[in-house]
Amino acid sequence: MTVKERFARFRKDRPKMNALKRKALQIAAFGFTNAAPGNFLKGTIDKGAWKRFCAPGMNCYSCPAAKLACPIGALQAVNGSMDFSFSFYVVGLILAVGALTGRFLCGWLCPFGLVQELLHKLPTKKFRLPKPLTYVKYILCAVFVFLLPVLYVNFMGMGAPAFCQYLCPVGTLEGGIPLLIANESLRQLMGPLFWWKALLLAVTLTGCVFICRFFCKLACPLGALLGLMNRISAWHLEVDATACVHCGRCAAACPMDVDPVAKPGSCECIRCGKCKAVCPTGALRFRFGYGDRKKQTDNND
Amino acid sequence: MKRMHIPKNTVWIGMFLLGIACIAVGLFARGEGEAVLNKAVNLCFECIGLG
Repeated sequence: MTVKERFARFRKDRPKMNALKRKALQIAAFGFTNAAPGNFLKGTIDKGAWKRFCAPGMNCYSCPAAKLACPIGALQAVNGSMDFSFSFYVVGLILAVGALTGRFLCGWLCPFGLVQELLHKLPTKKFRLPKPLTYVKYILCAVFVFLLPVLYVNFMGMGAPAFCQYLCPVGTLEGGIPLLIANESLRQLMGPLFWWKALLLAVTLTGCVFICRFFCKLACPLGALLGLMNRISAWHLEVDATACVHCGRCAAACPMDVDPVAKPGSCECIRCGKCKAVCPTGALRFRFGYGDRKKQTDNND
Repeated sequence: MKRMHIPKNTVWIGMFLLGIACIAVGLFARGEGEAVLNKAVNLCFECIGLG
């Protein structure tokens, strides 16, 4: 087999294998998070004890099938409760997961990430989100997830989950619409807030068709928090500068519009592995931990 | 002024341990797990746009 034939086969197989592995894990995570689909017919939500634990991504706990709690919903619930104003549990969970893997769960486990990627497969013209808009999610996270549940409280001292209530499209898609279909009594409560959220959902889903991972880039508070730890997380992308031929294939393949060679620790990187899969020279690789392995090996000799 | 170089391994291990400590404090010392459970098992009208 000539070098050219090896190169051609290498280019064909690795992206496909990476995509298959990732899709399989995303579907498994979606199923694990939403393991009670029978509740869609009953029009109720799961009330099991597993709901004290957080799902690996954005998945509304008012989804009839949800067995786990949404981490952002849980964060707001504790921040806005009468007894607490800060959630050590959920913040600690985000810290621990982010320190280990960065935004890996966005790329491999998040249920709403899967929904967005499937929508993006629709054959339309594709666009990129302007870079300044990727900073909006940090503002939304700070204001709606942390500040408003603590500051905007009712007469009992309880704050509303502001991000869930005013912005989150996941709750409308997974919880609002299925429950309204199954429960006639709930339909009487539909008002301006529901239609506002339905509009946001429509904009989000439409945006996902044209812009890859539109919600992740623009508004996801979980991605915003995890992405802050991308630069120091144990699981990270490394670039072999001597092997890189600056062909640009990695940047072209990246769904988050990151240039992996220029910014391997970018806050936007979801560690999907597409860049590594398309690299013709193997210059990109993911590693757990830092340090020069060759130097360590030399020291051991 | 000399810059202090903190190895990245120290940073992520430190943050990971801090996260574990926060989880332990939140779940066992403060009982935040129950607050999450109470919210999650009752229909969140705000989350579905009816609140």
